[in-house]
Amino acid sequence: MVIKYFSWIKEHIGKSEELIELPDNVKNVSELINYLNNLNDDYKKVFVKKDLIKIAVNRTYCSVETKISNNDEIAFFPPVTGG
Amino acid sequence: MDKKTTIPFKIKIQNEDFDVSEETKILRENLTGAIVNFVGVVRGFDERNNSLIDSMTLEHYPGMTELEIEKIVKQSCERWNITGVTVIHRVGKLLPSDQIVFVGVSAKHRQNAFDSCNFIMDWLKTKAPFWKVEENNNQKKWVDYNLSDDEATKKWVV
Repeated sequence: MVIKYFSWIKEHIGKSEELIELPDNVKNVSELINYLNNLNDDYKKVFVKKDLIKIAVNRTYCSVETKISNNDEIAFFPPVTGG
Repeated sequence: MDKKTTIPFKIKIQNEDFDVSEETKILRENLTGAIVNFVGVVRGFDERNNSLIDSMTLEHYPGMTELEIEKIVKQSCERWNITGVTVIHRVGKLLPSDQIVFVGVSAKHRQNAFDSCNFIMDWLKTKAPFWKVEENNNQKKWVDYNLSDDEATKKWVV
């Protein structure tokens, strides 16, 4: 699965994109966040601000309950500030 | 004319500047009696933090940005009698007074063009994945989202 990060989230995690093999027990976004939080503290420092993080799966807004699979592209980003 | 989603629309995300009169000329080809253009411009002053800015850099999520803007434009087409839409949003480094965004809507009558343009801008500000970082004295600061932008979309909920 491809995970993309934008804005300050990208800076905190230190990368704009990463490729991961989804473990069998990770079925939705919430479980993916738990999995990432266990990798290192950089993720924990980001996802502790979960109320400030928007999620997209395959370029469509979704929630933490959204089901995911290894072929998906998931993105984490702050509320948008364009225009 | 019935409201429809097959009107000509153009969505572009680009580094380059845009020419408002050129874009207006294109919209005039859409059997129109009214065109409303909105142009967003880089403010040289950060009102919320009471500070000047030297520059601003915009990043976006390629692919999703275009999809989100297209959804907004299509909703607008379903809601108002309009004949054409152009949305151009710049990314990359911009300076105070640079143009950031252009939304142009053509319609047979002005109220449809005004409302549709307003609708597209309100939703673009809350849904299209762009992020601004302000630079001042070699320090950078990601711009916080504005709750009033969310509030602005409420007037469109029926």
